[in-house]
Amino acid sequence: MAETTKATGTTGAKGAIGVTEAAETATAWRTRAVVRRSTRVWRVRGSAAVVAVIVLAVLLVPPLVQLDQQAVDLAAKLQPPSLAHPFGTDDVGRDLLLRCVYGLRVSLLVGVVAAVVSTVVGTAVGAVAGAFGGWVDRLVMRLVDVFASVPHLLLGIFIVAMFRPGVWPVVVSVALTHWLSTARIVRAEILSLRSRPYVDAAISGGASRYRVAVRHLLPGVLPQAGLAAVLMVPHAVWHESALSFLGLGLPTHQASLGTLVQSARGSLLAGDWWPTLFPGLCAVAATLAIAGLAGAWRERLNPRSRSELML
Amino acid sequence: MARLAGRRALFAVPVLGIVTFGVFAIAAASPFDPVKAYAGTAGLSASQDTLDQLRANLGADEPLVTRWWNWLTSAVRGDLGDSSALRQPVADVIAERVGWSVLLASAAFLVAVLLGGALGVLAARRPGGWTDRAVTSLAYTLEAAPPFWLGLLVMWFFALKLGVLPAGGLTDTGSTVVTADQVVRHLVLPASVLALSQLPWFVLYVRQGVGDALQEDPVRGARARGLAERTVLLGHALRSGMLPVLTLIGSRVPELITGALLVETVFSWPGIAAATVEAATAVDFPLLAALTVLATIAVLVGNLLADLLYGLVDPRVGFDG
Repeated sequence: MAETTKATGTTGAKGAIGVTEAAETATAWRTRAVVRRSTRVWRVRGSAAVVAVIVLAVLLVPPLVQLDQQAVDLAAKLQPPSLAHPFGTDDVGRDLLLRCVYGLRVSLLVGVVAAVVSTVVGTAVGAVAGAFGGWVDRLVMRLVDVFASVPHLLLGIFIVAMFRPGVWPVVVSVALTHWLSTARIVRAEILSLRSRPYVDAAISGGASRYRVAVRHLLPGVLPQAGLAAVLMVPHAVWHESALSFLGLGLPTHQASLGTLVQSARGSLLAGDWWPTLFPGLCAVAATLAIAGLAGAWRERLNPRSRSELML
Repeated sequence: MARLAGRRALFAVPVLGIVTFGVFAIAAASPFDPVKAYAGTAGLSASQDTLDQLRANLGADEPLVTRWWNWLTSAVRGDLGDSSALRQPVADVIAERVGWSVLLASAAFLVAVLLGGALGVLAARRPGGWTDRAVTSLAYTLEAAPPFWLGLLVMWFFALKLGVLPAGGLTDTGSTVVTADQVVRHLVLPASVLALSQLPWFVLYVRQGVGDALQEDPVRGARARGLAERTVLLGHALRSGMLPVLTLIGSRVPELITGALLVETVFSWPGIAAATVEAATAVDFPLLAALTVLATIAVLVGNLLADLLYGLVDPRVGFDG
């Protein structure tokens, strides 16, 4: 019940997923436990494999494969998936597998940058609130509550609409809307670290406020902040693709997971499903794999938390 | 209880103040020019005098705080300004469209609660069993799938491939009257997709709630009295496991708005979420600002509702916090 109460406060963003960690029943059969353990191991291995494939493809294909992703071939337009074109071709004959790799590259780049920025902002805000305490803490956390009252995507849409679509407005709008949960996590962690004896020892040893914060508190929250950053990547990718799909994100000629789905709408209405299906599948695979790895990491960090709800 | 509601309402005033001010501050920091936006293409040929006159009329040269305060005071009196993209008062746009969005959202929530409840109970019955694993995997996959993508695929399959349901809009093309029968047929696809996008949360929470309830004393007591498994599951575990989830629906308003923004756009549903996207594309500041504030109010009301209901259902939760 406590888990449910806590959840009221989280204004969950979409896309992040934890690894299943079902509540152990006292009567769970030993064999079943073994089976579940092995499926969990396989899930982590599968996630790692998918992430490895995606990272390698995104990093190596553009420099190594001398193919032009923008190469138009009207003779080969809208071909269904085949051996030559595993994902088929789009309405001007571009190979969709290649376009998806480039799209993932752009989406992941935007996602990673936005996740890093939002984690830095969130860690700084959370650390200030937790380390200073008192009215600073109350003021900052109230501000976080205010931010949380505006739906993420709506605030993102507003920022991008005012600053005109483009890569940087998208990164800024995703980063500005996603630091809240990190700030809350880091603040809670700092509060728990502050009551540890080694911090008391540092303070009575004459360490300055700044030194305590930087040398004794910050290193303690880095693992949690890193985990939050990894879990943030799929959120950020989701966000970028939603904005781009609405025509408020990246320009349409720039392949990203969102713009690929957006520009496939015309073909879809004509009955051709593959230009829509595959970019979305890439997004789902990347999200599940990253979240699967992050979930395994989270289990190591917080072995006692049994809630898998990361929504 | 009344005190909690009062305190929350009191908290809502500064929140709305800060949010509206933030909206104006972002607009002021951006390259957005209200005069050009208001004049539209006519602004290209208009003389500088006309533009200056317009600028003075719109109060665009006033300082940020003055503009914000003017907007706020007229908003309280019900005047939200005029939408530059739709050429009608913002209040009229909202009044025309809000009903359709509420209809879509309620239908989606209803489907999500029923389906999510059923799947959650199925999963909770045997944690780690194959139904549990299938249901949780489905929930995670749905959570990872972008709703606009799901919407497009569903539209392709049911409207284009099978041709059983309309692809979008509110009424059939060429029809001038809105009949209930047409609206229901056009509602099925968008409401289902919006429900699917909300489903994972319901499934996982019901699963956890019912799973926890199955470990508790009342269930053990019911089993000891020899009640049928069905009665135990539906009469005892579901009741205590599902209630907190139902009360927390209010806290799902932000996710619902996010989903509606995408689903209404995909299916050309004439609601306020689709209007928000149109306003953003056309850089229609008055409409966009009003809708952002409206969404914030909806979130605050949802949170208040969740807190009140949660306290009503579970007397152990105090209202003092």
